[in-house]
Amino acid sequence: MKLREIATALDLQVQAAAGKLDVEVTGGYASDLLSCVLAKAQKGNIWVTLQAHPNIVAVASLLDLAGIVITEGRKPEPDTVEKANEKGVPILTTPHATFTLVGELAKLGVVGVD
Amino acid sequence: MEQRTAKEITKLQELAYELKVGQAMTKEVITVSPYSTMAEFMEVLRVNRISGTPVLEEGRMIGIVSIEDLIKALAAGELNATVGEKMTPNPVTLYADEPLVHAVSKFSELRFGRFPVINRAGELVGIITQGDIARAMLRRLEVDYHEEEIHRYRASHIFEDIIADEIALVFGYRVAARDFERAGEASSGLKRTLSRLGIHPRVIRRVAVATYEAEMNIVIYTDGGEIVAEVRPGRIRIEALDKGPGIPDIEQAMQPGFSTAPEWVREMGFGAGMGLPNIQASADEMKLESTVGVGTHLDIIIYFDERKGT
Repeated sequence: MKLREIATALDLQVQAAAGKLDVEVTGGYASDLLSCVLAKAQKGNIWVTLQAHPNIVAVASLLDLAGIVITEGRKPEPDTVEKANEKGVPILTTPHATFTLVGELAKLGVVGVD
Repeated sequence: MEQRTAKEITKLQELAYELKVGQAMTKEVITVSPYSTMAEFMEVLRVNRISGTPVLEEGRMIGIVSIEDLIKALAAGELNATVGEKMTPNPVTLYADEPLVHAVSKFSELRFGRFPVINRAGELVGIITQGDIARAMLRRLEVDYHEEEIHRYRASHIFEDIIADEIALVFGYRVAARDFERAGEASSGLKRTLSRLGIHPRVIRRVAVATYEAEMNIVIYTDGGEIVAEVRPGRIRIEALDKGPGIPDIEQAMQPGFSTAPEWVREMGFGAGMGLPNIQASADEMKLESTVGVGTHLDIIIYFDERKGT
């Protein structure tokens, strides 16, 4: 499933790198601890988190993740958006909590990696 | 083959965001006066082999007139009518500094043949058709492709091209203390360099994870330092060196979950006590030495033949 289709289906707001939404999502991972993401998330995964600071872009870019969803209505910081556009890492937002969003992702067939 | 097509479409969409309308438009715009007759306008189209022009009055754009307006005038036998009567007033315009993707969506939404392009002062600076968009994208694709080819050739042949008993490429990155703004630049720079060298993506992932954790340790806990990567045929060695304060108990620091991170760092999602264990899991060999008051020296090796595997 493409990131664009997921964004449409779950009504996610695109905050950065709108030109990179046609990437295939290979699965998902949810955590607010960056080291856990580094250890577990796989290439092409969608990452669901509460973190909104610029370092999430570095992590997603290093792992070639498909994109980041920031939950609970948090907005990425301006530096985060700038970095994400520069590195081509899509950032999406949702008012829902992480648990709810992951449930919705699972219904769409996006599965965990472990 | 299907995948390849999908990839190229994505690349085109990316280009449509990168390129600006001003880079794709035709800059020499042929215009007509609202007081010209439709017969004169027909002559302008014929001579210049175009299908429409903006209408200018005293340097100000007041409308657009196209071959369709001409056909309607012909059918009604009104070739002596003025352009001003037959034009479409207040045409839809694009700004030269808008991303090209806006032009693409306006073409598909409104199905017009052309859009005048203006600058932020409202002055006409060009005109754009779908043909201009296609040409601009092809030009850019060609340039990108060429550059990528050159990079790939230069980098991936380096070990074959250099004749020596021993070869080592050394890349150094400075890491500033507490600079969360630039944190991650060293590891992403190294990752990019390694992919240009043609190193396997699975190996690059391990290097990227280990280097990022080491980089963040320098940013969060030390007074600054550097990361040095040394690539030789078959393996990469990464050293992270800092200027202190040093780790009092290395065994304790290596325990998963042990962290001395302050609360504000934890709130950012760092300081989970997983950094050093992550480095260990990514590396084939790892050495960690530290002297309190002097600094810490992390030394890891990752082999390209994936003896560890992930």
